[in-house]
Amino acid sequence: MNYIIDRRLNSKNKSTVNRQRFLRRYRKHIQKAVSDAVSKRSITDIDKGEQIGIPSKDISEPIFNHGKGGHSTGVLPGNKDFITGDKIARPPSGGGQGGQGPGASDQGEGMDDFVFQITQDEFLDFMFEGLELPNLVKRQLAGDEEFKMRRAGISNEGSPGRINIVRSLRSANARRLALTGGKRKKLKVLLEQLHSEQEKDCALKDQRLIEKLSDDIEHIKKRIKRVPWLDDFDLKYNLHVKQPLPRSKAVMFCLMDVSGSMNQATKDMAKRFFILLYLFLKRSYQHTEVVFIRHHTSAKEVDEQEFFYSRETGGTIVSSALKLMSEVLNDRYPAGEWNIYGAQASDGDNWNDDSSACRELLINELLPKLQYFSYIEITPRDHQALWEEYKEVQANHPDGFAMQQIVESSDIYPVFRELFHKKVA
Amino acid sequence: MTNPASSLSTNTPISTDSEWTFELINAYDKAIASIAKEYRLDTYPNQIEVINSEQMMDAYASVGMPLGYSHWSYGKQFLNIEQSYSRGQMGLAYEIVINANPCIAYLMEENSMTMQALVIAHACYGHNSFFKGNYLFRTWTDADSIIDYLLFAKNYISECEQRYGLEEVENLIDSCHALMNYGVDRYKRPYPISAAEEKQRQREREEQLQKQVNDLWRTIPTAAQDEQVDEPIRFPPEPEENLLYFVEKNAPLLEPWQREVVRIVRKIAQYFYPQRQTQVMNEGWATFWHYTLLNTLFDRGLVTDGFMLEFLHSHSGVVFQPPYDSPHYNGINPYTLGFTMMSDIRRICEFPTDEDRHWFPDIAGSDWLDTLHFAMRNFKDESFILQYLSPKVMRDLKLFCIDDDDQNREIEITAIHDAPGYQKVRETLARHYNLSIREPNIQVHSVDVRGDRSLTLHHVQHERRPLGEQTGEVLRHLHRLWGFDVHIYSIQDDKVSAGFHCPEIEEPNPETGIIIPLA
Repeated sequence: MNYIIDRRLNSKNKSTVNRQRFLRRYRKHIQKAVSDAVSKRSITDIDKGEQIGIPSKDISEPIFNHGKGGHSTGVLPGNKDFITGDKIARPPSGGGQGGQGPGASDQGEGMDDFVFQITQDEFLDFMFEGLELPNLVKRQLAGDEEFKMRRAGISNEGSPGRINIVRSLRSANARRLALTGGKRKKLKVLLEQLHSEQEKDCALKDQRLIEKLSDDIEHIKKRIKRVPWLDDFDLKYNLHVKQPLPRSKAVMFCLMDVSGSMNQATKDMAKRFFILLYLFLKRSYQHTEVVFIRHHTSAKEVDEQEFFYSRETGGTIVSSALKLMSEVLNDRYPAGEWNIYGAQASDGDNWNDDSSACRELLINELLPKLQYFSYIEITPRDHQALWEEYKEVQANHPDGFAMQQIVESSDIYPVFRELFHKKVA
Repeated sequence: MTNPASSLSTNTPISTDSEWTFELINAYDKAIASIAKEYRLDTYPNQIEVINSEQMMDAYASVGMPLGYSHWSYGKQFLNIEQSYSRGQMGLAYEIVINANPCIAYLMEENSMTMQALVIAHACYGHNSFFKGNYLFRTWTDADSIIDYLLFAKNYISECEQRYGLEEVENLIDSCHALMNYGVDRYKRPYPISAAEEKQRQREREEQLQKQVNDLWRTIPTAAQDEQVDEPIRFPPEPEENLLYFVEKNAPLLEPWQREVVRIVRKIAQYFYPQRQTQVMNEGWATFWHYTLLNTLFDRGLVTDGFMLEFLHSHSGVVFQPPYDSPHYNGINPYTLGFTMMSDIRRICEFPTDEDRHWFPDIAGSDWLDTLHFAMRNFKDESFILQYLSPKVMRDLKLFCIDDDDQNREIEITAIHDAPGYQKVRETLARHYNLSIREPNIQVHSVDVRGDRSLTLHHVQHERRPLGEQTGEVLRHLHRLWGFDVHIYSIQDDKVSAGFHCPEIEEPNPETGIIIPLA
C-alpha cells in the first residue's frame, strides 16, 4: 500500500538550527568578512546582506585519507588514442583530472572558499556585534503618537460592529425572566385551575368559569408576549480603549562642516559614519529621528539631500552649529523624553578663538542633556585648536564624549567600533 | 520479453498535460506498481511525500535523514546547497529516498508530471526494491526501526546539550564524525537497532560499560593470583578496526553519556555503510528500472510521446559520462556505469554474442529477469563489477587503466579496452570500489595499559600510499576521545615509514629506528 502525503505546508526551516550553529561556530570569520565588506561598500547598500567566504581549509571536517604519492592504479573513461604501454606526463598536481584515478577526487586542495549568503539582519547583527550605545537609558514614555487598542471589558454603549452577542442575549434573557416572573406564576395557577375544571365530569363543569379562566390566560399570555425579546438596554458592547504605547525614542544630531575646506571625498566619509551611527541607533531604539545641521560660518538645519550634497564655501565657525543644536534641543526634544545623540564630523578647521567657545557650549549646554557625543575629525593633517579643546572636553566627560580621527575611508568602521565597543563594566 | 503491450496500445494516456495533481500521481503510481509487479520488484510500502524546494534542501543537508540531531556541519551543508541552488549552479536532485519501512521518497513540487513519474519509478520501485532485496541491506540495516532510532538519537543528543552544554556535545560529535568511516563493523553483523529496546537498555548499558572500563584500568592490586601474570598484557588481544567501537568500550575517561553519543554516531555510520558499498549497483538498478518501467508504460500507450521525450532528455542527462579529459569529469558516474551494466546483463541474456558466451557462459541466454534479480541480491559494487563487467561495456565506455607510481616519472597506461586488457581493466575498476582499499587501513594496535595509557594505531600501507595531510587533525580528535596520548604509525613491509602523534612529540631519528612493538 502506498501513501501520498502533501508536506508542502510543513515547516521548511528544519535546517535553521544547524545554520545558526554554523554561523555561531565561524563567527570570527564572518565578522572579518563583514568588516571588510563594510569598508568596501558604497553608501547606499551598506545594510544589505552579504556573501561571506571562508577558506575551505578552515572548515573542512578532517577524515583519514590517502595522501599523494605511493603507487596507485585507476580506471578512467573516454579513452581516445591511448594504447597499452603508453606513457604520459604526470599532470600538474591539483588539476584533478587524469591523475591518480581514485585519489584525484577526494583531495581537498585547491578548492575555492566556502561561500554562502547571510541575510541583512544577520549582517547587521555581525556588524554591530560587541558594540553598545554608551549610557543607554531607555527613556520610556507614554508617547502621544502611537496607540494600541486594548480590550477593556464590556460597555453599554458602542458601535454596532462591536456588539457582544452572548452578553446581549444573556442580559435580554435575564430581563425577560425578571419582567415576566409574576405573570408566569399567575399563568401557572390559572392553567392548573382550568385543567382541573376541565377534568370534571361534564355535568359539574362550570362553563362560565372555564371561559373566564380562558380569557384570563389569554390576557396574561398576551402581556407576557408584550415583553420585548430584545430591548435597547440589553445591548452590550465590547469595550476597547486606546492605550498609549510606551516607546523609546532617540534623536540623532548630525553636525557637519561644509565650509570650503571640506571636499566631496571628506563629506562621503562623514556620511558613511553617520549612516553607520543611524543604523546602530535604529537597532537600539524603536523610534529614531535625525536632525541634520550643517554649518560654515553660520549653521542651518537642512534635510538629508541638502546636508550631503549641496555645496557651500566660506569660513568655519563650529560653535554656530552647536548653538543651533542646543536651540533645536530646547524647542523640540526635551531631554526628559528623548535619548539624544550627537555626531560631529569636521576637518578640524575652525576660527581660532571660536574653539574655546565650542568647548564651553559642549560642557555647559549640551553634554548634560546628551547621551553621547562623538566627534570625528577627517583629516590627514595635524590637529588644530578644535581638537585640543575637545581633548579637554573628553578629559572632563570621559563617558559622554568621544573623539577619533579618520584618515581614509577604510578607517571608518574600525573607528566606529572603537567609539562604541562594549566597555567592560 | 513478455510484453502484452501491442494488444493494449489503444489505451488512453494517463495524462497529456505536464501539470501534476495528486490524483495523477496516484494514477501513475498504480500503473507503475502493476508493471513493477510483473517484473517481480518486491518493495517496502511507499510513502511518497510532496515537498517544496526549500524542504528538499533541508532533506539534502541532512543526508536524506528525515530527522537528525543538530550539528553545525549540517548547517554548513545547507548553506552550501542553498548557495549553489540559488545561483543556479546546481539543480536539486529529483528525489531523495531512504532505506526505511515504509520507504520514504520525496517528490519536489516544482517538477512536471513526467519527472514525478520518473521519480516514482526510480525511487519507489528501483531503490526501494534494492533496499529490500540486496544482501548488504538485509543483513546490516533494519529498515523497520531506523526512523525510531533517529528520533531516539535526536532526543538523546538534545538532552545532552541541555545537560552538558552545547559546546561540549558539539566537540564530541566533531570528533566522532572525524572517525565516522572507522565506526563500522566490516565483517560482524551488528545488532539490529530498535529505539524501544535502545532506550530501555541504554541506562543498563551505561553502568555496565563503566564497570568494564574501570576493570581494565584498575590500579588497585588484587589478590595474589594476579601477581603471577606479570608478563606485559597485550590489549586489545586482537587488532580492532572499528575505532569508534573501541573508543566507546575502552576509552578511560569518557562519561557514560559520551559513550552513548559515540555509539549513536557509530550506529548511524553503520546504517549508511551498505549505501557506500553499493552506490553503482543501487543507482544502476534504480536507473535501469525507471528506464524499463516508463518504456513499458509507453509501449502500453499509457503515456504520450511528449512524456517520453521529456523523460529521455532527463534520463540521458543522468547517465552522461564525461570523458576523463573533460573539465566536467569528476570520476566515473555511478549512474552511467550501473545503468550500462544492468542493461548489458539483460542484453547478454536476451541476445548473446559469441563473445558473451565465452565470457559469461552461465548467464548468456538465461532468463534476464532471474539473472538480474540474482545479481541485485547477492553482490556489492566490488564483486558486481568483478562478476559482470563485460567487454562490451568496457568498449562502450572506453575504459582504460593507468598506473601511477611516484617512483616513475610518467604515468603508464597499463591496459585499455582490448582483448588483452579486459581482465585487467575489470579487476582494477573493481578494486577501486573496495572501500578497504579506498580508505587507509587503520586499526587499533595496542594500548599501554600499565604505562601511560597511550593508544597506538597502525596504518598498514597499501602500495606505499601515505596518509593524507589531515591525519594530524584527525588524531587530535581521537586524542580528545581517548584522553591520553595517541600515536599512529604507517607500516610498509614491516617497517615504520611515518608516524603521527598527538600531542606532537619529537620524531625519533629514523636511522636509529623507532622503538615500538611491531608484534
